[in-house]
Amino acid sequence: MGRYVARRLLQMIPVFIGSTFLIFAMMFALPGDPVRALMGEQAYDPAVVAHIRADLGLDQPLWQQYATYLWHLVQGDFGTEIASKREISEIIAQAFPVTIRLTLFAFTFTVLVGISLGVIAGLRPDSVRDRGLLTLTLVLISMPSFVLGYLMQYLFAFQWGITTPTVQDSNNFGDLFLPAVVLGSLSLAYVARLTRTSMAENLRADYMRTAVAKGLPRRRIVGVHLMRNSLIPVVTFLGTDIGNLMTGAIVTEGIFNVQGVGKTIFDALTRREGSTVVGIASLIVLVFLLTSLLVDLLYAVLDPRIRYA
Amino acid sequence: MRGAKSAKWVAGAIIVAMSATACGSSDSGDGKDKGNGNKPAGYVSIDVGEPQKPLIPADTNESNGSYVIQALFTQLLDFDANGEIVYTNAESVSTEDSKTWTVKLKPGWKFHNGEAVTSQSYIDAWNWYANIKNNQQNSFWFGDIVGYDDVHPEKGEPKADKMSGLKAVDDTTFTIELKDKVPYFNYKLGYSTWAPLPKVFYDDPKAFGQKPVGNGPYKFEKWTHKKLIQVAANPDYKGPDKAANKGIQFKNYTTVEAAYQDVLSGNLDIIRQVGPTDLPKYKQDLGNGAIEQPYAAIQSLVPAFYSKTFKDIDPKVLQGLSMAIDRDTITKTVLNNTRTPATSFTPPQVKGNQDLGTDVFTYNPEKAKKLITEGGGVPENKFFIQYNSDGGHKEWVTAVCESIRKATGVDCVGDPKPDFPTDLEARDNDQVKSMYRGGWVADYPVNVNFIKELYHTNAESNNGRFSNKEIDKMMAEGDKASSLDEAVKAYQEVEKKLLEEMPAIPLWYYRINGGHGDKVDNVKVDFHGDIELTQVSTK
Repeated sequence: MGRYVARRLLQMIPVFIGSTFLIFAMMFALPGDPVRALMGEQAYDPAVVAHIRADLGLDQPLWQQYATYLWHLVQGDFGTEIASKREISEIIAQAFPVTIRLTLFAFTFTVLVGISLGVIAGLRPDSVRDRGLLTLTLVLISMPSFVLGYLMQYLFAFQWGITTPTVQDSNNFGDLFLPAVVLGSLSLAYVARLTRTSMAENLRADYMRTAVAKGLPRRRIVGVHLMRNSLIPVVTFLGTDIGNLMTGAIVTEGIFNVQGVGKTIFDALTRREGSTVVGIASLIVLVFLLTSLLVDLLYAVLDPRIRYA
Repeated sequence: MRGAKSAKWVAGAIIVAMSATACGSSDSGDGKDKGNGNKPAGYVSIDVGEPQKPLIPADTNESNGSYVIQALFTQLLDFDANGEIVYTNAESVSTEDSKTWTVKLKPGWKFHNGEAVTSQSYIDAWNWYANIKNNQQNSFWFGDIVGYDDVHPEKGEPKADKMSGLKAVDDTTFTIELKDKVPYFNYKLGYSTWAPLPKVFYDDPKAFGQKPVGNGPYKFEKWTHKKLIQVAANPDYKGPDKAANKGIQFKNYTTVEAAYQDVLSGNLDIIRQVGPTDLPKYKQDLGNGAIEQPYAAIQSLVPAFYSKTFKDIDPKVLQGLSMAIDRDTITKTVLNNTRTPATSFTPPQVKGNQDLGTDVFTYNPEKAKKLITEGGGVPENKFFIQYNSDGGHKEWVTAVCESIRKATGVDCVGDPKPDFPTDLEARDNDQVKSMYRGGWVADYPVNVNFIKELYHTNAESNNGRFSNKEIDKMMAEGDKASSLDEAVKAYQEVEKKLLEEMPAIPLWYYRINGGHGDKVDNVKVDFHGDIELTQVSTK
């Protein structure tokens, strides 16, 4: 088990290097120069642009720039931003906690509500409450997140006055409630549907009949036998979804004024701040890698037949 | 139990993840009182986002940074709403021959750290700004001064660290010697780039950029990156623009829509520009708080004179295209009244704006068609308008094209570039297919700024590569004029000539469409569309 984890962790190194290089090369290939873009539409002096570019090493070939970047990275230096001259590690340290908090909040909401709804509906397939759930999730899936966002903002802030329309303090859990619910609702719909289908399916499985025939209490049948097996597809979905929640929050962050990773990376991209984009994107790659490892390990917990040597 | 062992690993991973985020939350725990919405009494909040760069006057030209710089620093003079000079730190700026300028400072001015503002504070700062080694974005603004080429050579290292044209006479008097006559030089001095710096700056410019010490109406208080910049009114300020409030909070919003919601709910006092989705209803929502005012900025279509389409084109064709654009309807409908149709190459707020007495800017399909045919038509009967699709230009470009197509039958197609840097790169590298969307905001309220910087053969922003020897000569003569009025008049003649040559098709002037909540009052806009923050009062 330990060896398996160690091997997986080691495998992450080449994946990490490869993905940083890909992102770095893509940023390099994009048209538009960050230093020139700083000057905007007004008059400027090309000599200054050339001087800044030389100072930053932007006039060097791609491989040399990448080598320098990687060399600094292994020493724990993410570099500095071209425009603001701030350390990128500082920018990351500011944006990530906010996003992680928002993600965890949304994720918990998704898991708790999504799985409960799925279980409630899945135990009685084709009943009224099952139909009700299918309709509700259909609405959530088909509604774009900005519609839901503005709707919630309107209802909670302007109609009922329960919250402020935007997040006043990104560090406050209470403030993050609305954006987290909006962010989590799409995944919630998928989780509920997946749970419901796989429960309904497994209800008819042989081992369920055996368990019932053995005369086990219903709570144990559902809670242990049925749930554990039915959760495998749900866990697979949730694993990849964590990454999506972290990166795909740009719209929600915009509506509720959350200063998180999505907005940061989008701004950096439009300003061609290569090091910021590569730094944040690499960290997100790491998150993806770690959650997929976690999901694989969870399989073994849920289904004893799966073993890792 | 295999499963149990695996569960241990999963649990371990979760604990690690949880503790990692717990670190995150304790980090930001003390950030809480730094960056939240708590506003001290008497302060005014406005949606001004994160400045792109450190706060150094000569390194800032985008609007967010400029707002903060203008609050913290005061240069020699400023302009009133009509574009007339108001002396702030200077008592007078005078000249006999438009070449040597004498500046007298008001005595007794101090930086926020108590240091006196002297002639040397200005001279040292300007020398530092102009030096190529310091990579200041606005360094070319000092290019008129004698000795600029020594500190800012086009290539290589600077030969000197002082411009010989700057001389201190005494603590409150200094002279500026220019390479050539510049009759409107004093107007240039109103740009925030010309601000003085205290001695502490030179010890550590990098730290200064995060925590600037100025001589302006506000003192720096704190900067929580990407959230908030807070400045407090300077009680010892001696200028005419002393703050009527206790301080300002510049708050960063992810979208204008979010900022607008906060104005409605009272969490934000002033919004600079209402987003397109809220424009149709903002006057209703804000009532007396709605602000709608034109300012000195223009948007034009600029033909690329190197392109296949417009190489050696007859100006008549361009005049025809201009007459095929229904500016009135487009500004009213597609643009929601955020612009005013243009009637010349300069906006009305600048000195020298004139009535050109022409119908080139009036919609007239028949005449448009006639002029285009007379001028030999548009090659291949088709042209493109390049724009950046991240700036909300798509709608009006489509409308303009539609208008031209309907009126003249010339096919017009939008050529979107995904974002602004890509758009700029195509312009710089002469890769514009036929036309691009150009915009210009006044640096100083004189017509020269809208003519010379855009249509002179050697102008950096002349990306259409328009070149006309006669016009260049007329501009050179205007620059030799001995008084501002003469220079302005000369440039008015240049503008008349521009109408014949059509280096661009002016479309419309900008308007600011902002608003404020009911907790503040006296919100006014200056000539280049910035809110006059010092005048805002709280209720």
